[in-house]
Amino acid sequence: MDKTVAVVGGGVAGLAAAAALNQLGYRVLLYEKEAFTGGNVRNWDRLFPKARNAREVVDELASSLTGLTEIATGTFVNSVKSTDGLFEIESSGRPAYADAVLLTTGFELFDARKKEEYGYGIFENVITSADLEKMFASSGKPLMADGSEPKKVAFIHCVGSRDEKVNKPYCSKVCCVTAVKQAVEVREALPECEVYNFYMDLRMFGTGYEQLYKEAQVKGVNFIRGRLSEANETRTHQVMIKAEDTLVSRPLQITVDLVVLMVGMSPAGSTMTILKSLGLLGNEDGFAGIANAHTGSTLTLKKGVFVAGACSGPANITDSVNEARAAALRIHQYLGGV
Amino acid sequence: MKYDPFVLPFISGMAFVLIVVIGKWTIWFKGLPFSDKKKFLNGLFSRKFIYASREVVSESMLHRKVFRSNFWLGYMHMSLAFGWFLLIVAGNLETRWYSHGTINPPWYPIFFEFFVHDLKELPYRRFFVFAMDFLLLFVLSGLFIAIYKRYRSGFVGMKKTTRQKTIDKLALTSLWMIFPLRLLAESFNAGLYDTGGFLTNTLGHYFARFLPLELLRYPAWLAYSIALGTFFVSMPFTRYMHILTEIFLIFLRRFGIREKQAHSTFTDVELNACSRCGICIDKCQLSSDLEINNIQPAYFLRDLRDRKPDLFKTETCLICGRCNTSCPVGIENTNIRLNERSIHQFFSANAYEYIGKQEVKNGKVAFFAGCMGHLNPLTIKAMLTLFEKAGVEFTFVDENGSICCGRPLKLSGNFMAAGNLVAKNKDLIRESKAEILVTTCPICYKMFRDDYRLDIPVYHHSEYLLKLVEENKLDPGFSPSTVVFHDPCDLGRGSGIYEQPRRLIARSYSLVEADHKKKDSLCCGGSLGITALSGENRKTLTEATIASLTLNHPEIIATACPLCKKTFAGQADVRVADIAELLLEAVDHKPADHKATSVAMHKPADCLEEVEI
Repeated sequence: MDKTVAVVGGGVAGLAAAAALNQLGYRVLLYEKEAFTGGNVRNWDRLFPKARNAREVVDELASSLTGLTEIATGTFVNSVKSTDGLFEIESSGRPAYADAVLLTTGFELFDARKKEEYGYGIFENVITSADLEKMFASSGKPLMADGSEPKKVAFIHCVGSRDEKVNKPYCSKVCCVTAVKQAVEVREALPECEVYNFYMDLRMFGTGYEQLYKEAQVKGVNFIRGRLSEANETRTHQVMIKAEDTLVSRPLQITVDLVVLMVGMSPAGSTMTILKSLGLLGNEDGFAGIANAHTGSTLTLKKGVFVAGACSGPANITDSVNEARAAALRIHQYLGGV
Repeated sequence: MKYDPFVLPFISGMAFVLIVVIGKWTIWFKGLPFSDKKKFLNGLFSRKFIYASREVVSESMLHRKVFRSNFWLGYMHMSLAFGWFLLIVAGNLETRWYSHGTINPPWYPIFFEFFVHDLKELPYRRFFVFAMDFLLLFVLSGLFIAIYKRYRSGFVGMKKTTRQKTIDKLALTSLWMIFPLRLLAESFNAGLYDTGGFLTNTLGHYFARFLPLELLRYPAWLAYSIALGTFFVSMPFTRYMHILTEIFLIFLRRFGIREKQAHSTFTDVELNACSRCGICIDKCQLSSDLEINNIQPAYFLRDLRDRKPDLFKTETCLICGRCNTSCPVGIENTNIRLNERSIHQFFSANAYEYIGKQEVKNGKVAFFAGCMGHLNPLTIKAMLTLFEKAGVEFTFVDENGSICCGRPLKLSGNFMAAGNLVAKNKDLIRESKAEILVTTCPICYKMFRDDYRLDIPVYHHSEYLLKLVEENKLDPGFSPSTVVFHDPCDLGRGSGIYEQPRRLIARSYSLVEADHKKKDSLCCGGSLGITALSGENRKTLTEATIASLTLNHPEIIATACPLCKKTFAGQADVRVADIAELLLEAVDHKPADHKATSVAMHKPADCLEEVEI
């Protein structure tokens, strides 16, 4: 068999799909706009629920690729044209043709500066969950801008999720459990540090998540149900935050050393560009549109074009990898392999 | 012979409408508060009277403001109003000329040609008959547009016209009948007695060829009289009351009388002065973007006039003020709406008692960020830095969180509760011992200016920063970036500030304009004036406004309102910034390269550089 599948996006979904397609005997052209594969997961330190090293997951998926996959890193796909069942991939690299296209373009982190009242990019001790992962990776603990250890850390859930004011009405699914994981990690790294999590609901949907939440409570993380209204920097560069504790219906104000914004998942810019070039539409949230929610989550309305992972909506690694392998099977069916 | 029974419908209609109008004017005047009555009487004997008379000619007759909206719409209104007026004047002059200056009964000029057949002997007769025919043609041309407008409103620049009630349609029909019937009656007359001009004589001689004019003449004049009478009788009950009310309103307004914080008989004058021309419907974003087509002033005021206020209509309004600035009659639509809202509000006298006293430092300039301002720390930071750079001795009065200025409560109609907040903030401002007050929020600004009665001047930061720049206390550099300025409702239409922010931006940036600008600018969608609007609908409004702003592809959308900024920031693809941020960047001579930073934001690794030392 000499059929070729173009996989756009070399994150966990792209890697898993490419590996599965290789096993089915297909040649794969794997496009990755960054210099390395691994996508957003590559920038993470440890993963919920069991603190597995993120790099290990990426490496495992990457190592299962065979010689049938040609990886084009640092290559940005501009458009895909379809003619008589053949897809022409126009990218920043050399033009190529494929018999089927799989979008695994994933997500981008929400730009926290759009929530200006939280002070990201303005107050030096306001960081995002992704910044915190970097800190864990480099120094194993959170640090304030001046290099000292924080004594009070606040995690703000739902930044760029479930927020119509920033045009992100949907839930990003994984930030709740990430915040709980990171809160536990902060308590473990700095046992004297007080940790507060400001949440709307805690959506602990996956195996082991609820247990992690319980563990966090046991380890002394404070959970306050209420959304932040605003943050202000004090003269000592601490951050004073205002919120409402909706469980006791009282406004509250606390000053913390470090604020961590749990940024949600936004559609990757390239998803819509590529969909549009194929004459396809996005869903109401701007992610890739799928054929149907229950039995066609890897299909689009165009034959030969498939999607997997977070490019069609917020997803965790488990679901992204599963969807990628399911998409590989769908592609196999489409190309007449079954 | 100067009388015939067929004039009776006209006479009775005329008498009826005169009595009603005089009665209404009297009731309205009597109901005015004492201070307004005084203003009225003083106004009668002042120069304002001349200005008012001039406005009556330019607006009630010539419809200058309607012309600004659309030429043909203006022409239609003018030809009907001014044309008819001239027709009456010319008719009177002709009659007087004929009867050598004696006073005639009121119907005589109207039906002159019915009574007089020996016009041939009259000196300068050609001039009169030409004038009368010409004016009739002028009115008929307007009527033609009016009828055409019912079917193709786009011709006069209107997407939607007002939906009329049955009684209005009846009045409309009688009005439309008047002029064609006059044409017929005069033509029949001209066909028999050669009394007409280029229009009526030509038609009359044509009709004479195949119609029994002797038989038709009387019914035609009678029908003309009935049409006039019907129209007059219908006036007090229909929108045509505006003809006789607008004149009164113009005088009242010119004498300085305005809406107060409750309905008065001045409100009644305004309600009756609305002609339901429908210009406000197209101007309303709820109509143009959301297809909510029953809440605009044309309908809202009608319900109030009929004493059938509708709570949904009262509450469904952005209070953006676009209807106010486009209203050819100048009705204070939003103030009437707020007063109507206040009727439905309940107030507890000790509301907001729990708000404690705040510490405030002294300073020459009091800076007030407001509650929305506190959601835009970049703007606050920019203002504080600019104050320092300009060497201003300032105090940040609401540094530790602000008490609302009260405007959202006022917009909801809860004037009393707003008053409690006003009192608290006034204390705070007074305690700062400041000589001027500066705020970055147009919402607070309007409230401070209109409702606080402060004894120190209030500046919006666009005014104040421009002052600092013009006094050379700040020295902004140049940037090649293109910037569009969004006029916030409360700053532009609400407070009349359009130029200062533009001048400030234009000093350092290349200013481009939006599709809808200044008085015509759109609401950002974040309006505090409406609580009954879904997030989806707000999003639609914001999208339309961003589309208007980005018409000329600016790199930055500049606002001077924390609410507009927050509303746009969530949806715009281009950078949204307050004028203070832009000025600070220009002063620092290094306008931020937004494109570079926005790419960096998507890479967590790069973000880290900002927080690590």
